Amino acid sequence: MSETVEQRIDALEKKVKQLQSQRKDRLSMVIFSNDMDKILAAMVIAVGAAAMDTEVKLFFTFWAISALRDKNKKTKGKDMKSKMFGAMLPHGIDQLKLSKMNMEGMGKDMIKGIMKKKNIASPREMLTTAGELGVQIDICEMSMDLMGFKKEEMIDYPNLGYCGVATFLADAGESSVQLFI
Amino acid sequence: MTTEELKALTVNKSVDARGTSCPGPLLAAKKAIGQIEEGQVMEVLSADEGTRRDIPKWCTKKGYEYLGTLEEAGYYKIFLKK
Repeated sequence: MSETVEQRIDALEKKVKQLQSQRKDRLSMVIFSNDMDKILAAMVIAVGAAAMDTEVKLFFTFWAISALRDKNKKTKGKDMKSKMFGAMLPHGIDQLKLSKMNMEGMGKDMIKGIMKKKNIASPREMLTTAGELGVQIDICEMSMDLMGFKKEEMIDYPNLGYCGVATFLADAGESSVQLFI
Repeated sequence: MTTEELKALTVNKSVDARGTSCPGPLLAAKKAIGQIEEGQVMEVLSADEGTRRDIPKWCTKKGYEYLGTLEEAGYYKIFLKK
């Protein structure tokens, strides 16, 4: 027996609905690096996507978490290794280094100068804009624990959360774009 | 649209984003588009070459009509209809 046109339309509509629910207009990005240039690239993509009304979820893990520290916030009760990690990693987004041509900070300062001259927003400004646009930031709990970071030393960001890999995978699975930086 | 047609357009909203780089102009456009009605025309001024490629993509996504771009001295005038 052949299907009627109505039946075929029904089947197609079901399929379309299914496909729509699978992939949302959302960008899920893992930010792993704490290099200033890579964070900047990540933030440009994130803010650009948010400007295009794409939902954005950033998953900060490993070294990148150091970019979300607030240098004015102090923590107590850290063990020796956590203190060492804390001291050696950047205290927040203004202290990041370049992945290339950093040259003890000279290269970084040069890039910062050029960026200012060319009206390119700094990573910090991008982060503020991201917050205003509702970009969600989730921090990997396991990495926090590994590096001995504490929640009380993280920045005040409007949409800041903590999660595990399953949350990222579930979010990323529904997203139309997934990136790793 | 031809250059003459673009020049003759009545612009309801002008966004000067010449002081920003990518994704600044796009952001400025997004903020401003809420201030005009459907059918009205907005122009975005940008010194950023990438923006003239970005705005049409944004228009396609949002369902706005990209009208065209005029090259001025050192910047672009990008027109769209909401």
